[in-house]
Order: sequence, then structure tokens, then C-alpha cells
Amino acid sequence: MTQKNHTSRREFLRAAAAATASLALASPSLAQSPARVVVIGGGFGGASCARALRQLDPSLDVTLVTADRQYVACPFSNEVIAGDRAIEAQQFTYEKIAAGGIKLVTQMAQTIDPQARTIGLADGSTLRYDRLVLSPGIDLRFDALPGYDEAAASRMPHAWKAGEQTLLLRRQLEAMDDGGVVAIVVPANPFRCPPGPYERASLIAHYLKTRKPRSKLIILDSKDAFSKQRLFQAAWQELYPGLIEWVALSQGGKVTSVDPASNTLVTDFATHQVQVANVIPPQRAGRIAEIAGVTDKSGWCPINPVSLESTQVPNIHVIGDACIAGAMPKSAFSANAQAKTCASAIVALLAGAAPTPPKLINTCYSLVAPDYGISIAGVYQPRNGLFADIEGAGGTSPLDAPRDVRAREAIYARSWFETIGAEVFG
Amino acid sequence: MKTLRTSLAIGLIVASAAPVRAASAPPPPGAASCSGCHAATSQAIPNIYGRDADATRSTLLAFRNGSMPATVMTRIAKGFSEDEIGSIAAWLATQK
Repeated sequence: MTQKNHTSRREFLRAAAAATASLALASPSLAQSPARVVVIGGGFGGASCARALRQLDPSLDVTLVTADRQYVACPFSNEVIAGDRAIEAQQFTYEKIAAGGIKLVTQMAQTIDPQARTIGLADGSTLRYDRLVLSPGIDLRFDALPGYDEAAASRMPHAWKAGEQTLLLRRQLEAMDDGGVVAIVVPANPFRCPPGPYERASLIAHYLKTRKPRSKLIILDSKDAFSKQRLFQAAWQELYPGLIEWVALSQGGKVTSVDPASNTLVTDFATHQVQVANVIPPQRAGRIAEIAGVTDKSGWCPINPVSLESTQVPNIHVIGDACIAGAMPKSAFSANAQAKTCASAIVALLAGAAPTPPKLINTCYSLVAPDYGISIAGVYQPRNGLFADIEGAGGTSPLDAPRDVRAREAIYARSWFETIGAEVFG
Repeated sequence: MKTLRTSLAIGLIVASAAPVRAASAPPPPGAASCSGCHAATSQAIPNIYGRDADATRSTLLAFRNGSMPATVMTRIAKGFSEDEIGSIAAWLATQK
């Protein structure tokens, strides 16, 4: 962070304070005691939201509840798996967030009482809230794929939550002999980071091509189409000819059971015994969302897209991967954009005002090789209870772009990660 | 007593914030997303804060109509009307 950036934050804060203070004066309840907002979840969504709330209204009493003292970011963790990046570059802490006047609670939230507006913590204590923001991310469904439970994940890593699982998959790739087969099992939609499995396939292929050139990678997919598909497939042909095989749903790609003991993946058509099995299982909103009663039967959380407030439980907002956001993908960028929108809506609602209908942006970069980036972008607005794509906007990088454009997008991808990391945690 | 202190505090915030209030405002729709990529320091992705509003507006409009090439911004600018682009450019100009 530079001095310049600090100035910017102060200026923004002062201006926002002016705007909200004028609203606050119109609201007797706010003038009496600061409103309490609790944010559960310390990822890109939750941490962004806690910060944005304090920036918009420094008088707010904001508490950030996180399960751990450290956050390990998923974006760019595929580079760790491929051996091009240290895990330390993915690690963030909350000290600077606390220095901004946000109360930190490092505990699991275990219960939520929406009537009493209280949260029960692991140590038995209770937090009260006027507004609650849930940004719990995803839970992996260990009941969805026969044979794949929590114990199986120590043999067949998902690496879909960054940290020890990321390093486990890395170690397995390092230990594999040249000539081995790596499989990536991909679930049906919706899941966290739609282009993520294909970026992972690309970067693992880069590692194999460089270090273990007789090896192969097979993607067993429960879908017939995927994000940035034409770009990925064109790049695979160009960079890794014959190395990556994508098996779509209609070609028998759906894995119906796994056997961790023999590293075997079973589909309706074939049995694949592989050296490294990366199994990304189906997912749902993080557990606390279900406890709060904000999930529907899909396991995800329906929201009002103007306020990000749950349509099922008042005064609880859900942001990030856990919410049903329509056209917005489950990405760190989306979570960050939703967090800021949610913070503005909460400040308005606490002042008795109606939130302004928002517009949000998402940009997801993927690396196909360390110096080869592609992107997908979108602009969204509320429509029919979801975030809808604004037609004519967004889309992917051009299919026919020259290599210098791909190199530039790889640089922009890295720049994006630096910037968002600093904005959220720095 | 608590009420009095809080009122005083709010009064102070209003007083100290008053001079910038005319020059700045809460972000218009879409503008809060910009800082996901654009830092206030010059990196590979440029700093867009505190620049002349007309210059930013012209750039965004040129991205929107395709007359200025870009990797991502051509796709994003198409999601905003001329009025929205004007508001975003004006707001970004007040940020540093």
C-alpha cells in the first residue's frame, strides 16, 4: 500500500461518512447507538464487506467472524499445484482489517437465531446483530459421489479449498513417474470457479510437458460445455497437443463412483485407474448458511439482488459463492463486487432508505500457461430476482488474438490478484 | 450521555467532511467494482483515480464503441449507458 492509496481511502471514507451521516441524522435509532453488523466468513466476500461497511459508515459496529487466523486464497492456487508458485503467496491475515476498527472473532459460528438476531459461537458466547452478512463460501459434498468422503480426499485431493489440499495434489504430481496419467474429475454446475478445473488442467499439462513429457491428463466432466471452452481447447491444441483429453458428459465423462484404495474412477462406460486423481466433488453453500435457514433445496441461497438479502430470512444477507447470483459466476471478483454492493445496501437499509439498484462487474482470468492468459467478463444488473447479464456486454477474450495479447492478459491476471489482495486484506 | 457523545461525534464527522462533500459522493452504479482490478498505484493495470473526468469519459466511450482497443475494457464498457459512464468518470475523478 502506498501513501497515495491511503489518501484515497481517507477521502472516500470522509465523503461516504458525509453521505451516511446525513442519512443517520434523519434516523433517530442510528443516532442513539451504532448499528451492529456481523460478517461471517473471512474470504474475499466477507473481508471485503466488513471493510466496505466501515468505509461507508465509520460509526458502524462491525465484527468479522472467521474460522481461522489465516486465509488461503484459491485464485492462483493452480500455479502452486503446477509448481510455479509458493503457497505463501496465497496466504493472507486479518491484522490490517482489525487495525481499521473492525472487531475480529476467530471462531466457528455454530448457531444463528434469526428472531433474537443472535449468533452462537464455538466458545459458548453470543454475538448480537442488527444485520448479518454470511459469506461462508462452499462446503464440499462428501455425500454426493459414492466412495468420495472426507477420508478419500486425503488420497484423491479435491484441492478446491486452498491450503493443505493444494500442497497434497502438488506432492502427488511431483511423486508421479513420467508416463503416468493424471485425472481431474469435474462436477456439474453450479460450482466454485467455473473455469478453474480447465485452468488447472492447463497448468498441470504445462508441468507435465516440461518435466514428465510422456504423461497424460484426462478430464472426466459431468458437463457438455464449460467456461471459455473454445479458448481453452484452442490453446491446448497449440501448447499441449495430445496431452489433454477432455471427456464430456455425453461421451461418458460423468464419474459415478470412486475407489480411493486403488485410485480408480468409474463412469458408466469405463473404469480409469490413474496415478493422480484430483476429484472436485459437487458443492453447496457453507454449512452456516443451512443453519441460518437461508439455503433452499438446491443447497444454495436465494437472495434479493438489489440488497443481497436472503429471500428466506430477513436481516441476513448472503454474498459470494454461497448465494444464487444468476449469471454472476462463483468467483473472488464476484464476491468482492457483491460485498461492496451489499455494504451500500446495508448502510441504506439501516438509515431507513431503499438501496439503489446496483450494477456489478466480474472479470475472471485463467492462465493456460504462465505467460498465456485468457479472460471472461460480464456486467450484471438485477432482473427477476437474479443478477442478469447486460446484453451486448461482457464475453471472452477473442479466439484469434495474437500471442502478445495472451501474454498481456497473463500480466493483467497477476496484477488483478495483487490489487484485490491489497484491497481486501492489505 | 452516550447519546450526546454520539451526536457530537456525528456532528464532527459532518463538519470535517463538509468541504469534500460537494466534490465527491457515494459511488454510482458499477463504480465500486473498478477497484477490484484498478489500484491507486500504477501497475500493469492503470491507475484510474483522480484523472480528468472528461478524459476518463472519452476513454470509456471509445472502449464502448470499439474505437480504442483493449483486452477487457471493451467488453465491460458496453454494459454502461453514456449517462452511467459520465457518472462513473465524474466519481473516479474525485478519488485519489
